[in-house]
Amino acid sequence: MDVVPQNIADKPFPGEVHPTAGGGILVTKLDEVINWARSNSLWPLVFGTSCCAIEMMSTAAAKYDWSRFGFEVARATPRQADVIIIAGTIVNKMAPVLKRLYDQMADPKYVIAMGACATSGGPFFYNTYSVVKGADHVIPVDVYVAGCPPRPEALLHALIALQKKIRGGVS
Amino acid sequence: MNKEELKLRLEEQLPPASFEDGAEWTTAIVDPAGWEGFARHLRSDAGLEFDYLFCVTAVDWRTYMTMVYHLTSTIHRHIMVVKVKLDRDRPEIPTVSHIWRTAEFHEREAFDLFGVVFSEHPDLRRLFMTDEWKGWPLRKDYEDPVNMIKL
Amino acid sequence: MIQEVGTTEQGELVINLGPQHPSTHGVLHLVITLSGETIKKVEPHLGYIHRSIEKMCESLSYRQFIYVTSRMDYLSSHINNHGCALCVEKGMQIEVPARAKVIRVLMDELTRLASHQLWWGAMAMDVGALTPFFHAFREREAINDIMEETCGARLTMNYMVPGGVMADLHPDFPKKVKEFIRFFRTKIDEYDELVTGNVIFKSRMEGIGYLSAESAVSFGCTGPTARGSGVSCDIRKLYPYEVYGQLQFEEVTATGGDCFARYMVRMQEMRQSLSIIEQLIDNIPEGEFQAKTKAVLKLPKGEFYSRVETARGEFGVYIISEGGTTPYRIKFRSPGFSNLSALDHMARGYKIGDLVAIMGTLDLVIPDIDR
Repeated sequence: MDVVPQNIADKPFPGEVHPTAGGGILVTKLDEVINWARSNSLWPLVFGTSCCAIEMMSTAAAKYDWSRFGFEVARATPRQADVIIIAGTIVNKMAPVLKRLYDQMADPKYVIAMGACATSGGPFFYNTYSVVKGADHVIPVDVYVAGCPPRPEALLHALIALQKKIRGGVS
Repeated sequence: MNKEELKLRLEEQLPPASFEDGAEWTTAIVDPAGWEGFARHLRSDAGLEFDYLFCVTAVDWRTYMTMVYHLTSTIHRHIMVVKVKLDRDRPEIPTVSHIWRTAEFHEREAFDLFGVVFSEHPDLRRLFMTDEWKGWPLRKDYEDPVNMIKL
Repeated sequence: MIQEVGTTEQGELVINLGPQHPSTHGVLHLVITLSGETIKKVEPHLGYIHRSIEKMCESLSYRQFIYVTSRMDYLSSHINNHGCALCVEKGMQIEVPARAKVIRVLMDELTRLASHQLWWGAMAMDVGALTPFFHAFREREAINDIMEETCGARLTMNYMVPGGVMADLHPDFPKKVKEFIRFFRTKIDEYDELVTGNVIFKSRMEGIGYLSAESAVSFGCTGPTARGSGVSCDIRKLYPYEVYGQLQFEEVTATGGDCFARYMVRMQEMRQSLSIIEQLIDNIPEGEFQAKTKAVLKLPKGEFYSRVETARGEFGVYIISEGGTTPYRIKFRSPGFSNLSALDHMARGYKIGDLVAIMGTLDLVIPDIDR
């Protein structure tokens, strides 16, 4: 289940702090510090196509707040967003729009496929002529979340898994 | 007016081609050529006044097609169904979007999914599928090798 | 006809709103023709969430297709399922036990409340006020918790079956619902204090997006959109189903026809829903929660139409059956489809900010329109 080595991802701050007079000295690798900073401040793009969007909004609301983990600012424009949470079914007409949004995002960018529809087509897999059977036919996905719709806690688990993945330097 | 009274009134005023028995509401079957005049009559006659078209359906019966219109009146509160039988190879029917404006979108949907052509529609083009889509998806003989629809 | 984005010969600007936009409530693509900042024409482009549900249902059995409709208008998922179950019961002449009828109506009204709460939060957010969004979701979570104990899910509760409901109510259900009613009555007054009387909110909503009664009927609008223009079209009153005929509640209409009238209709509907729940919660009859039906359902040859009142308007299910285990053709008459066709008519002559307010009061859920 865990794709990153435990020692890097679970420490609250990467590196060793040596207390000296007047503060301290931090010995670490630059990559680890940058990854740590990136993972704690991912800004999601407002992108919800169908029912999973409501659970995404519930995760953003007060009870299952995602801004505790750094996802405070949900940007409407892809130029300022870091992570795109594909909440909902992707159909043939929407796929070029999704690709264009992904291309417009600046690196480093991450993708979470939320819900059964974005993972594999979901309940609309059989006998439909217009559904893309999984968002990973269009853009590369980092984390998949199962559920129809997934509970807000499941989405939070996915967000934390993404953070661990970034901190571990795998993504 | 209830089912029987509606049937009698229509028979004496503007007879449609036939009536269907055994349905929940008065069901009239009309030819495509006479549909526009019949619709106008249903809308404007003082005792009928069907001003609310609430459902437009296209059905593919493999050898022919039907358009089904569900109508009701907000004044008299009676309900009626009109069916128009269309030829499957060239399904054409006059539009009623100048009588009930809700038909503009509904007829575009029927065109998009079944290929029914509505003459004199103000803006007949595809609604749900992309403009370049080939084929009429909801027809019974729609083949789609990519998505493997097996019904 | 088909406007390309850019500038027309008359110097008007053609822009896109959506499909990815915070205020389009889903994926609605509007191509707007503007002269300065005044709207000349709005053209909706649909199909960005067209999941071919009607075709798919032709291969699903009569027990299976009900749950796909949860995903259509997901904010009134119980009510959609209810409409489908009613249609199948009509076809097979199944008699639903009294306990199941009352449970269904209770779930419907709770869903209507949850849907209007979310509408209120999203509407205020569109107009610019961010705080009500969090208030609305806090109350919605209370309803979601009640639903989850009984139905097992928070959003797409697959609970209605032809013949009744899938499982009996949780024993804590009446207690929790009564607590919720007490809690929510104070909150509705808080909503009025927070948003309804606000000067800025009123100036953004009054006089905007006028829809006359004849236009509403001609465009086929139903639900609070039409009731805000004075058209009386509540299916619960006109063609009562389940136990609505025996309940005391009012159909809320307003005569303004503008955004504020539609807003007030929905706020009053929330209060009416609370009173319906209060009338029923102490009088749930004992008995079966599901009628005995065969395992494999087969509708007789013919056609059947049933209608229910969702939070957005009239939802109709039209099944044409050839006698088999799967329907020959299903048509879902969705309320948002007709409500959206009136958007062009309502928005001409106003500004873009007003367009957002109008779309908010129409309460569109795009998967319901695109099916």
